[in-house]
Amino acid sequence: MRSPVPLLLPVLLIVGWEVAAYIIDNPFILPSLTTVIPILLHPFSAEYTLGTGSLMDNAAVSLFRVASGFALAAVIAIPLGIGMGRSLFLNDFLDATIELLRPIPPLAWVPLALAWFKIGFVSIVFIIFIGAFFPILLNTIDGVKSIKRTWVEVAGTLGARETQVLGKVILPGASPTIWTGLRVGFGIAWMCVVAAEWLPGITRGLGYLILYAYNFGQTNVIIAGMVVIGVIGILIDQVFKAGERRWFSWRSLDR
Amino acid sequence: MTLTIRHLTKEFPVPGKENITALSDINLKVGNKEFVSVLGPSGCGKTTLLRIIAGLDSTTFGTIELDGEIIDSPSPQMVMIFQEYSLYPWRTVRDNVTFGLEVEGMKKPQAREVALNYLHLVGLDEFAERYPYELSGGMRQRVAVARALAIEPQILLMDEPFGALDAQTRNKLQKELLEIWEQTRKTILFVTHSVDEAVYLSDRIVVLTPRPGRIRDIIVSPLPRPRDRTSPEFARIRRYVLDLIDESGKAKEGLRGQTSTL
Ligand SMILES: Nc1ncnc2c1ncn2[C@@H]1O[C@H](COP(=O)(O)OP(=O)(O)OP(=O)(O)O)[C@@H](O)[C@H]1O
Ligand SMILES: [Mg+2]
Repeated sequence: MRSPVPLLLPVLLIVGWEVAAYIIDNPFILPSLTTVIPILLHPFSAEYTLGTGSLMDNAAVSLFRVASGFALAAVIAIPLGIGMGRSLFLNDFLDATIELLRPIPPLAWVPLALAWFKIGFVSIVFIIFIGAFFPILLNTIDGVKSIKRTWVEVAGTLGARETQVLGKVILPGASPTIWTGLRVGFGIAWMCVVAAEWLPGITRGLGYLILYAYNFGQTNVIIAGMVVIGVIGILIDQVFKAGERRWFSWRSLDR
Repeated sequence: MTLTIRHLTKEFPVPGKENITALSDINLKVGNKEFVSVLGPSGCGKTTLLRIIAGLDSTTFGTIELDGEIIDSPSPQMVMIFQEYSLYPWRTVRDNVTFGLEVEGMKKPQAREVALNYLHLVGLDEFAERYPYELSGGMRQRVAVARALAIEPQILLMDEPFGALDAQTRNKLQKELLEIWEQTRKTILFVTHSVDEAVYLSDRIVVLTPRPGRIRDIIVSPLPRPRDRTSPEFARIRRYVLDLIDESGKAKEGLRGQTSTL
């Protein structure tokens, strides 16, 4: 049997929560779990979420936004990272600019995003793009730079052309690190979407839902929304981890 | 098929200092189906020599020719087997061997069949579906040999392929290599720092001096094949090569009576 230690703290927290909620006796500050759980048990019903779309409706909206911004980031960052990892010129040309832009938090782009793209889908996707872009780019560069020179030279002596070296050596050799970049990038993108959905004029999404619930003093809906945000984050991270084990175990096993 | 090395000199620039001369005026002709060893101590330029022949590095002076054609980039006629571990860890053993064939444009099913033949040749049929990390060092080098043979080059360039192996495995692989050489009739240029290995394997032994690598002597082996390490003849040739190395070492070290690292 597995050790029960990992479950200990969550159980204590839940018990402590219930006790505290009972003592405080103010559902706006700390609602009892008995008012949160019914919402979670009806994820497809809008009745439990103040009529602003069910938990799953809003989750789907948020996921679609994240997937769009994330895909755009991947499509641009991976080729760019490969180019920068392979070409000293491209690296020298872009590196300083990237180092300058990288520390700017994605949410600091919000005003600019609004100025450029107005309120709506494009602005949100842009914020998510910024969040996911840099981890993917930097990991791709790292992965390409970590390719062993011998791997490339073996391919050369076996007659591979430049494009074949790229497709059969550089890409597979760097893919575990690129995958890590995608995983980290998705995590950040998921964090960004919640905040981006607080932009004025947005009317759907998990971020919108919890802010809306706040305006109505429905803390139990806020907490249910937070649980869904957390669970989706974990699930997607697990999918990335499973992919890593499935496809890239060679990297940790290789000696 | 003849490989001709003419006046090959290689210098490496060292920032702020004089260039390192790794190889100095190497002249060598390697004929068809010959087994030639290049013997020399660590750092004398053996890897550098092989890399230049393989077209991976440029010369400072001199030329490499294959049947009169200058070699300045990798040629499918020659394949190098590296000193260090060089398999692709994300490919199975079999798919490592198909690499060169895929690059040539051979279809995957056919390439896999060819690969299995070469894996059979190196005695690794059963490991076709395994990954390199599941293999021992000796098995990995055998896969590297199969991968090189699969594209049917004329010349194999082998850089201390058995250098990291224990004596027993080493002897076994040497024997297997000779069998493969006899079956496939390749020309082999084999780099080693082991006198025993060079004497056991070669038709000719090219002895290099330590830094910079020059040709000290070329010994044509009179030993008949198959060779017997314990025969007096073998011991005599071995002695001769050792003396030769010792002399070149002494000449360099100013006759301090040091024994050579070999
Ligand atoms: N890229 C390089 N830049 C500078 N110096 C180099 C470079 N490659 C090799 N050298 C130098 O050239 C000399 C020969 O190196 P090389 O690797 O050819 O030796 P080797 O005979 O293969 O040694 P070993 O038996 O240890 O493999 C060494 O002094 C080394 O420091
Ligand atoms: Mg070497």
